[in-house]
Amino acid sequence: MTDPAESAACDWQPSCAPDFLPLRAQVLRQIREFFWQRGALEVETPQLSRAIGTDPQLAFFSTEFDFTPERQTLYLQTSPEFAMKRLLAAGSGSIYQICKAFRNGEAGRFHNPEFTMLEWYRVGFRLPDLMDECEALIGTLFAGHRTLLAAERFSYCSLFADHTGLNAAEFSHADYCAYAAANGLAEAIAICGDDHAIWLDFLFSHRIQPHLGNNRLCMVYGYPACQSSLARLNEANPQVTDRVELFIDGIELGNGFFELADAAEQNRRFDREMAVRKQQNLPAAAKDERLIAALASGLPDCSGIAIGVDRLLMVLFGKSAIADVLSFPINRA
Amino acid sequence: MATYSTNEFRGGLKVMLDNDPCAIIENEFVKPGKGQAFNRVKIRNLKTGRVIERTFKSGETLEGADVVDVEMQYLYNDGQFRNFMKPDTFEQYQADEKAVGDAAQWLKDQDFCTVTLWNDSPLSVTAANFVELAIVETDPGVRGDTSGGGGKPAKLETGAVVRVPLFVQTGEVIKVDTRTGEYVSRVKE
Repeated sequence: MTDPAESAACDWQPSCAPDFLPLRAQVLRQIREFFWQRGALEVETPQLSRAIGTDPQLAFFSTEFDFTPERQTLYLQTSPEFAMKRLLAAGSGSIYQICKAFRNGEAGRFHNPEFTMLEWYRVGFRLPDLMDECEALIGTLFAGHRTLLAAERFSYCSLFADHTGLNAAEFSHADYCAYAAANGLAEAIAICGDDHAIWLDFLFSHRIQPHLGNNRLCMVYGYPACQSSLARLNEANPQVTDRVELFIDGIELGNGFFELADAAEQNRRFDREMAVRKQQNLPAAAKDERLIAALASGLPDCSGIAIGVDRLLMVLFGKSAIADVLSFPINRA
Repeated sequence: MATYSTNEFRGGLKVMLDNDPCAIIENEFVKPGKGQAFNRVKIRNLKTGRVIERTFKSGETLEGADVVDVEMQYLYNDGQFRNFMKPDTFEQYQADEKAVGDAAQWLKDQDFCTVTLWNDSPLSVTAANFVELAIVETDPGVRGDTSGGGGKPAKLETGAVVRVPLFVQTGEVIKVDTRTGEYVSRVKE
């Protein structure tokens, strides 16, 4: 074990370069200016909440609220989306937020367990409108710093077919295994088994993502239904969902949806995810009944997206690790 | 032996993979925002030297490998095995040609080298970065010719052949970089 005093002596300083702090501040200001000009309202919602996302892929932090004689478990949000949707249902109109989000068990070159998230919702926007706005925001932020090529938009299934020859919408275990074996990814067969969603994650992250957005913004839409999360199923083709992800230089920056507004369907998805949590012995998540109630009262048609601001700063300024854009990443926190 | 989870994989960590001892070179945590987390790991198989890339589901574990590097003195070749000795304990180890590999061409009796032990038996041998060896055979150089022209081959006392400048003669001792197999300088006795 290293001596804490000894290690503190060499790592008390920020991990980013001193001249990076003004760049970070400038980008945050430009984001606020962008939304101010477009009439979206800046909001703040709690980071500590009684409920938490049920997504089995997201591990959360929890803490105890000590309010003698009562004690209450509170969760640090993995994203502000539930509270923001409650504001939307209450009639807030288009809103945005720049806040901290927390994800347990995530640390690495592209991950810090607490990170800065930009999340916004546009009332009346469908997914293509939201993609237009993402393109405009990226264009504004990159101007004067880095020149990108024209943005690209691809459907998930067409990308999958182009890069692997596989059908992403319909799972064929034999085809997927054959592809993995022939492409030096034999371990995928054991890791993914017959779970279509994990196969998609594996093949997408190994074979496709590294090639996306080479010096340009790449938007991928139309994710297979098994990866719907909080998105609506596409009206014309229910095999896919109205979900979009953003990439630059092969790095995932954001995830957006034409938001699911059906309270009953949302409730079913929560229950399904909580069952998976139980089955995998993951900590139980507290279902957000207030979100369900808000959806039941009526969520206006809207699209929303969350963008990891730290990763955005990485690609904007050509940094190779998230620690290069943070003052104090987790190992110095 | 301890087991290590993907979170503990660091460059240099020795683990067992497919029944072979391996060293982790690089470990990258990969996680789609809404998906399964993986670790993409670059690993060197210490038996074959081959580097492979392998993906693990985050949280998976590998058993540690009992692999250590030990400075040893090379004693002699008994025809079947090369014999090495730990200088502090005088413990002796025998390594076959497979374990000695390319290091064989640089090993001179009494010289020091690094022996990598796996479960206390030699897995591989690495010669010192620089060795000093006598030339047993080389063409006579043309008088007056200095360097340039790429030099000429010279056979060393251990059997290795390196390129040396034309002015270097049979019987001289030279210093060689074993990592590149290149001549460094003459050694003045």
